[in-house]
Amino acid sequence: IWSAVPKSRFSADALTITPADHAKNYNNYYELAFNKEDPSSLAQSLRIDPWSVEIGGEVEKPGTYQLEDILRQQTLQEYIYRFRCVEAWSMVVPWVGFELGDLLKTAKPLSSAKFVKLTSVQQPEAMPKQRNNAMLEWPYVEGLRIDEAMHPLTILAVGMYGDILPKQNGAPLRLVVPWKYGFKSIKAVVKIELLKRPPISSWNKFAPNEYGFYANVNPDVPHPRWSQNSERPLGSGFFTPRRQTELFNGYGEQVAYLYRDMDLRHFF
Amino acid sequence: MAMQINNLRSLTIAVCFIPLLWVFFDIAFDNLGPNQMQALHIRLGDWALRFLWITLAITPVQTVTKWRGMTDYRQLFGLFAFFYASLHVLAYLAVDQVFAWRIIGIDILESSYIWFGLIAYIIIFSLGITSSKAAKKSLGKSWKKLHRFIYIAAGAAMIHYFWQLKGNLAEPLFYLLIIFMLLGFRAVIWFKNKQLSQMMIPKGRASIDTEAD
Repeated sequence: IWSAVPKSRFSADALTITPADHAKNYNNYYELAFNKEDPSSLAQSLRIDPWSVEIGGEVEKPGTYQLEDILRQQTLQEYIYRFRCVEAWSMVVPWVGFELGDLLKTAKPLSSAKFVKLTSVQQPEAMPKQRNNAMLEWPYVEGLRIDEAMHPLTILAVGMYGDILPKQNGAPLRLVVPWKYGFKSIKAVVKIELLKRPPISSWNKFAPNEYGFYANVNPDVPHPRWSQNSERPLGSGFFTPRRQTELFNGYGEQVAYLYRDMDLRHFF
Repeated sequence: MAMQINNLRSLTIAVCFIPLLWVFFDIAFDNLGPNQMQALHIRLGDWALRFLWITLAITPVQTVTKWRGMTDYRQLFGLFAFFYASLHVLAYLAVDQVFAWRIIGIDILESSYIWFGLIAYIIIFSLGITSSKAAKKSLGKSWKKLHRFIYIAAGAAMIHYFWQLKGNLAEPLFYLLIIFMLLGFRAVIWFKNKQLSQMMIPKGRASIDTEAD
């Protein structure tokens, strides 16, 4: 339905796009299942219409907005981005969406807003692991520093592969931060709060020594239990060497300045 | 009778190759999913672990059923654990990393879960190459000592499994439960034997052979 959407200036046309079937059938969606095969079927019972997003916290104009109204205000673009999971697999996905920053501006952030907290949907009747209170604390929460959230690479996606976002991929609205590990790109967003203090994200709370707040893709900072030096692109065949992981997932030119005085080993 | 036993042995060997055929089938029909390399690692690793567990189950089964002559099968299953573990390692080196030694070096150095896999494999390799009757004879008493390392291998393999997961623990917990049962059985036997031999000390002989290993 969005085949005519213009391409973003950040869209990387030279990349080989991962086959859509792979992106749709290999999902980490811990509210639904802990494996990657089941979310595509389990997600179908999620209710996503109507959908509203609450924007609050350190803003001049807090409020709850219907997704249609948000979309009417925003210009959709296609963003072909690399996506790197913390589990060392990766893909290239053509997302359809708009800049998170553009949405935040409509709520007029106050100068006291230093961080952004995003919260996922809580639908225990449709989400087995929420129902059982399994593993993480629900609902899923993620966070960004305000400059990361306002960065033009950071988008909210409503579609992929020229079509509406599949439920297992985070429909109807998900975050995509291409230079960070995939778990930062929170799915099914219902609430966006601007805060003075950093929020504690779900994985960070679960295992603080393994999953940091920043979670920037970095081949030189291994996960405590596995290397992040290389990655396996989805769909790549046998006897194909792994891909060398790039600092900031290859978006260093655009984002490295955000972290220029920081020790990336400490702020992992 | 001998004929029958030989048939059973051949049949067992054939059955033990089924998981490998199944892997080939899934490769040929593209059934391994979007991350087929990962799927292959898990598949071969799982079978290595299962055969290791079966190997460790032989002694308890023998003790309970009092069915002698299963030692040959213990060796057979142990060799299949060795076989699938070797394929698991080979798939990593040749099919996944395509012998890119620099990247392999970094990967091993930075991945603690691989260290445990490596420990487990070195042990299983050592047991595999010393499994023959000839080796048993020439190693004498140290053979038994060496082959007791299978418990270390089982523990290391278990950590190797747990350590690469982000969250889903249901399956490894199942394997953990089994190994606890298998080791628990041995602990009980060992304890009983100890009590027995203590009772027999007054007679001046403590020669109960601990078959439970």
